[in-house]
Amino acid sequence: MLCMEDVTKTYVLRRQPVTGLDRATITIDKGEFVSLVGPSGSGKSTLLLMLGGMLSPTSGRVLLDGHSLYERSANERARLRQRSIGFVFQTFNLVPYLTALENVQVPLYLGGVRLAEQRDRAAAMLERVGLANRLDHKPAELSVGQQQRVALARMLANDPAVILADEPTGNLDPETSAHVIGFLEEFNAEGRTIVMVTHDPRAAQRAKRVVRLVEGRLVTEGGLAIRADSAERVVA
Amino acid sequence: MNLTLLVWRELLERKARMLTVALGIILGITTLIAIRTISFYSEKAVARELDSLGANVLVLPKSVSLQDYYAADMHDEVIPEEYVMRLTLSDLQGVDNLSPKLCVPTTLGDRTYSLTGILPKSEFQAKAAWAGAGIFSRPFGCGAIDVGNTPPEEDKKTLARKRVIKDLAADEILIGADVAARQKVDEGDSLTLLGKVFSVIAVLPETGTVDDSRIFAHLHTVQELSKAGEVVNCIEIVGCCKEIAAGLVEGVNTLLPDAKVVTVKQVVDTQITLNRMMERLSQIFLAIIVLVGGAGIANAISANVSERRREIGTLMALGAESWLIQRIFLSKAILLGLVGGVGGYVIGTILAVTLGPHLAGVPVLPMSGLAVWALVISVGVALAASFIPAWRASQLDPVATFREI
Repeated sequence: MLCMEDVTKTYVLRRQPVTGLDRATITIDKGEFVSLVGPSGSGKSTLLLMLGGMLSPTSGRVLLDGHSLYERSANERARLRQRSIGFVFQTFNLVPYLTALENVQVPLYLGGVRLAEQRDRAAAMLERVGLANRLDHKPAELSVGQQQRVALARMLANDPAVILADEPTGNLDPETSAHVIGFLEEFNAEGRTIVMVTHDPRAAQRAKRVVRLVEGRLVTEGGLAIRADSAERVVA
Repeated sequence: MNLTLLVWRELLERKARMLTVALGIILGITTLIAIRTISFYSEKAVARELDSLGANVLVLPKSVSLQDYYAADMHDEVIPEEYVMRLTLSDLQGVDNLSPKLCVPTTLGDRTYSLTGILPKSEFQAKAAWAGAGIFSRPFGCGAIDVGNTPPEEDKKTLARKRVIKDLAADEILIGADVAARQKVDEGDSLTLLGKVFSVIAVLPETGTVDDSRIFAHLHTVQELSKAGEVVNCIEIVGCCKEIAAGLVEGVNTLLPDAKVVTVKQVVDTQITLNRMMERLSQIFLAIIVLVGGAGIANAISANVSERRREIGTLMALGAESWLIQRIFLSKAILLGLVGGVGGYVIGTILAVTLGPHLAGVPVLPMSGLAVWALVISVGVALAASFIPAWRASQLDPVATFREI
């Protein structure tokens, strides 16, 4: 279970404090598929990165399975990500000089998996996303849709319980977007928790729950602000 | 996937830039290795030269200017042979051997050679027995003339190194390697010099010095044939370096006020200065490599960290710990250092071996020991220069690497 308790994130830009997230409280149960929607700069990505242990809050707590993420060291959080969290990025963030197979091998290498097993598992992941014939292609030799599928395979490699996707369809055409969302639904059906930031209403509607952010605050789909001092869940 | 593959693939991706960095290291190490190798063999040649000289103090007529040690006796000025007796009977400390010389020109075939008169050790022995005092009364060792108490040296060829021969009859000669080769003379042959027939008792081994073009005969025979009288052109003294430093030269000066006393050090000073210059040059290049090469590597790795920010952030998002990020960049530095070290050693050695004989006038051979030295320096500099950029990469805020988010 993922949980945020009264989390605020304040940045200082040109000596001016800017609130990225304002007293956000949200609980995401195991196996949920949540869409985070809202205008640019509303704090969606900030929230997503905080859930992934990548960005520490100014105040409040972020919990994963009851354990406070930011009471751990950066390296401990990295190990936790490696074991339990998978990231999907809008720009895929594939390593350009590695082949599709090698890109998928990276999280397996980080997890200490032996080389032969890395290859087998990475090949299986790529086969699952329909890229069995593109193992030795570098990202530049693949279409954007194929690149995102490699990113999905890489994310799946370590069998994460939580998937955090940051606008995974942002750079894709509608047809490919539908495929990617289909994959996410498939992963969710396997019991994985998915939190997806998106601007695409159609993609957002495919989630089981939609959470809206406005100026760093969590609101309902109807535009009602969530009470910051409550742990009320926001359900679309 | 493993660390080596990750580093290697990235290196290949940016071949041109990394090649430039590697070339910088190679160039620096090449220069260092070439200078080190050449100066080592040059120093060795000087040491060999000094060793072959044997004598390290010369007693010369006052008016003679010392231009070249071996040419020091090739002049018309003379000093009395009696000086030898004065030295023999003195209580000077640090004299191991004496070798008076008188040189006169003689023709053999179509060439003119120096017929050099030397005094065999047996003559000193006789004088010592007669005098029974002075420097001969001290036990043999550094600072006492060997007057025959040590086992006799049978090989006449030791003259080339020891400057002293035990016995030499009036009609016997020793000839230098060049003379023997050019005139096709061998041991046992007879030669007529200045109207006298001599028997060749030995051909001296090649020394690479002017001695190779000399013919050695008994001093008194040369004096008699040249009608020079009881004089010599110079007296070579084999002295202890320690005693020379402690005042042997001053002692000889006091004993022989009408003669000039010089040390071999003055003769080889130029070569020693050259070697020191090479050594300093090598140190300067080392400093340049450390500073410029190090700065270049640091700059290249820093730039590499900047352009790979997103990749670093991605690796962190995938679960890479800070030590791994640091190792990625340090491994790259090690690889660059290894390439620079090996390349620099190979090219530097080739340059030294091919150019060394022309630049320093000595044969130069590869020095395998320098390979380790080159690797330690290049890898050490590359690692030290990359440490801070690598550490900064490991401390990057992963969120800051995804600016588009």
